[in-house]
Amino acid sequence: MHTLHYDDKDIRAILKSVRTIAMVGLSPKWNRPSNFAAKYLQGKGYRVIPVNPGQAGSEILGETAYASLDEVPGPFEMVDIFRSSEAAGPITDRAIALAADKGIQVVWMQLGVRNDAAAERARAAGLHVVMDRCPKIEYGRLFGELGWGGVNSGIISAKRPKMGG
Amino acid sequence: MAGDNPKGPPPPFGFETRAIHAGSRPDPVTGARNTPIYQTTSYVFEDAEHAADLFNLQTFGFIYSRLTNPTVSVLEERLANLEGGRAAVCAGSGHAAQFLTFFTLLEPGDEFIASRNLYGGSITQFGLSFKKLGWTCHFVDMTDPENIRAALTPKCKAIFLEILANPGGIVLDVEPIAAIAREAGIPLIVDNTMATPYLCRPFEWGADIVVHSTTKFLSGHGTSVGGAVIESGKFDWAQNDRFPTMTQPEPAYHGLTFFETFGDFGFTTKARAVALRDFGPSLSPTNAFYTITGIETLHVRMERHVENALKVAKFLDGHPAVDWVSYAGLPSSPYHALANKYLPRGAGSVFTCGLKGGYDAGVRMVETVELFSHLANIGDTRSLIIHPASTTHRQLSPEQLRAAGAGPEVIRLSIGLETADDLIRDLDRALTA
Repeated sequence: MHTLHYDDKDIRAILKSVRTIAMVGLSPKWNRPSNFAAKYLQGKGYRVIPVNPGQAGSEILGETAYASLDEVPGPFEMVDIFRSSEAAGPITDRAIALAADKGIQVVWMQLGVRNDAAAERARAAGLHVVMDRCPKIEYGRLFGELGWGGVNSGIISAKRPKMGG
Repeated sequence: MAGDNPKGPPPPFGFETRAIHAGSRPDPVTGARNTPIYQTTSYVFEDAEHAADLFNLQTFGFIYSRLTNPTVSVLEERLANLEGGRAAVCAGSGHAAQFLTFFTLLEPGDEFIASRNLYGGSITQFGLSFKKLGWTCHFVDMTDPENIRAALTPKCKAIFLEILANPGGIVLDVEPIAAIAREAGIPLIVDNTMATPYLCRPFEWGADIVVHSTTKFLSGHGTSVGGAVIESGKFDWAQNDRFPTMTQPEPAYHGLTFFETFGDFGFTTKARAVALRDFGPSLSPTNAFYTITGIETLHVRMERHVENALKVAKFLDGHPAVDWVSYAGLPSSPYHALANKYLPRGAGSVFTCGLKGGYDAGVRMVETVELFSHLANIGDTRSLIIHPASTTHRQLSPEQLRAAGAGPEVIRLSIGLETADDLIRDLDRALTA
């Protein structure tokens, strides 16, 4: 498998255009990575809708959880997959099938999650695809917060950053 | 549609550009171009929820300058960038950085292996003070990497070395040592203080963690004590059951699992959130500022440091009062080939020489020089001289002194940025006095 590279401008455009994220595999436990990411993204103004069959009907971070993407009412522009690489395949296929109806534009697979065949199908269907990345880390990296924890953002720029991205 | 770009990333910025810019963008509020000194202890929360998120490590941000400070963060990111690492955490000194590293790695009863060719203060810290915490250090002659394999025990959690050793002249063959660490499933920690990332980047040779005393060449002007821990982000803490501190729920953080949650910057996050939080050896923002400013000229300074050091070493090598010179930059050094491999831009500017007149000649020399400063530091713009046996390495036994390359006849020099001929004249006068 080749090394994935995403251009900063593409990631930035995705993070700026998306407002609502369906997070598949969002855990109700506060100290799980998925819960960390969702909480952070909420703080940045995103609406994060939990998709987790074991939690359907209950609330996670103030939002009602649904058993599947199909059951989420109303539109959402991005599907964020916190599941195994294998499980990401059928989830991506549901996202493709629901894209027109729900307004889905982006399929995002979390750090450690990569399914090249599913990504190819999604791209062929006109969706943006990001794999093996975390939207929380990418947001922090591109908009100046990741370095606060001593993390190498790789960003070199003499331009004055704009507040809030 | 956007996806991964098969053309890969754009060409990386050069070392010099990154030494000046990495981690430091103009201030978003004021436009201040240089990194401001955020001389503040604490930071106002947006609301109670924001405060809770920060204390839970759920969001990026500042609480209290014992943990994070915006000026210190710039230095951390710059060091992580220059070393080619993922993340860094700074500390109040190089010794504090070593403490943060080992506190994060070890449990009482654990062991590690360290090179016997270390700065004397590290030998004392590892061999005596760490022992009180229940950590055992096995010192090994790493000039033969096989010695490490022989010393490994099931309780060993790390291998530690200085790639370019202080007091000087010894270069270790890091690549095969990294292979031994990899095979054992434990991290290789390299102290890169003497070389700096301009001369050597240990991650490129298989190191997993790099530590620095930023007091030396990085800050570079003898102004600011500081230290740093940098992680490569490539070590798999879950490959065995030896690092519960990274892979098991942390009671000091309500059951948070650091490797799973923070991934490739989990080690530095844990070192900061637990060791730095609970023991408190933080770097001051003002010292961070001086160090950031120093790093902006690191590449220019290091070039002249090694140029001057080679001139002085060659002069001493031919001097009748000098028995030997241990500088890996000299073709006669047994470590010259390793220096060419790991330090192609120069073998640093700290080295030792042995005086034919022994201990007394050493004491006479440090008292006779006029331009060299007699003090216990290295990596200054000024040239420095010390007689290790009577100072920095004084706590060591005669056997440890010899093993560390700091016998009674040994003088350690840190060659600065003055006119090389002036330095040579000063040494010549002191040697013939």
